[in-house]
Amino acid sequence: MSFTPDIQAFCCHYTSQQTIAEGREGLKNDGLPDSVNLNRLVCTGKLQVSSLLKAFENGADGVYVAGCPADECHNMKGSRRAAKRVLAVKKALKELGVEPERVEMYHLQRGFHPEFIEAAQEMDKRIKDLGPCSLKGEDK
Amino acid sequence: MIIAERKPVDEILGMVKNAERILVLGCRGCVTVCSAGGEREVEILASLIRLGMKKQGRDVEVIEGSLVRQCDKEYIDAIDQWQGRYDIIISTACGVGVNFIANQRPTDKVYPALNTSFLGGSPEQGVWTEQCAGCGNCILHLTGGLCPVARCAKSLLNGPCGGSVDGKCEINPQVECVWQLIHDRLGRLDNQDMMNEIMPIRDWSTAGHGGPRKVLRDDLTI
Repeated sequence: MSFTPDIQAFCCHYTSQQTIAEGREGLKNDGLPDSVNLNRLVCTGKLQVSSLLKAFENGADGVYVAGCPADECHNMKGSRRAAKRVLAVKKALKELGVEPERVEMYHLQRGFHPEFIEAAQEMDKRIKDLGPCSLKGEDK
Repeated sequence: MIIAERKPVDEILGMVKNAERILVLGCRGCVTVCSAGGEREVEILASLIRLGMKKQGRDVEVIEGSLVRQCDKEYIDAIDQWQGRYDIIISTACGVGVNFIANQRPTDKVYPALNTSFLGGSPEQGVWTEQCAGCGNCILHLTGGLCPVARCAKSLLNGPCGGSVDGKCEINPQVECVWQLIHDRLGRLDNQDMMNEIMPIRDWSTAGHGGPRKVLRDDLTI
């Protein structure tokens, strides 16, 4: 059975500059999977654990965060804070009996670079392999 | 302040398993400061309950709220604003808050979301350590301001014991021997002679061994 996951990506202003320049169509041509929905933030340090959990509540099969390199965040510690919150969500998913790899943190270079698309492709493959998220309760 | 930690999600889901409408109730006092039960943690726990129940194929209504404190009668009365909208309350306050809700609201079901850990402080972000045992008879003036009741594994009043090695406690090499700290500090303060004072056998009735404690201030009661 084919499965098109719902993947929510939270990207900071700097790692997702490419998205503004190219738009959805341009990114698609670069290889951005249809399953990935981009949510832009001023800084990933702004993200709360509850925002990531809310994405799962809203039906996401996978969630990832793309922030600046850990030691080169535009806002000093923003992406490091985000990484800690992703870890907290991994722990929460584990507590709920769900694969913690459904949520991930990526530290990416700012601006235009292939890693932005590669992260999306990696998550797309990972979530397709895992199948639908059991938090949707659809298998009950 | 009171330091607490959230209970495992499984344990909390077990408490709410028969409920349809759940009020997750935070406290803006100590547990907000130690990031265990404030508004932010209420939001997270409400989400975890909804997700956990949905995974079991159940949709439940989870209301999020918080009180200024859960350890004063007048603030507990504010729960009236959610009256009729919940089957149970999951309190993210310390044990005091849960007790106060149970005391004040005889027919409300209230359960604890936290394990209340100790009285402590935060030496660095994300770390909390026990500093006070609330024993009701403070001796910090005799120990250089460092508490052996709370910080010595044996609560010794005449330490250190033979398990103090290189300034560490025998229970765990990560734990500092508070009696070594007391000794060193009294020395720095030129009060080392205080180490020669033998503290007498203590009356622990003020520490809860005499039953639940109560403070009554005639100047404040109305």
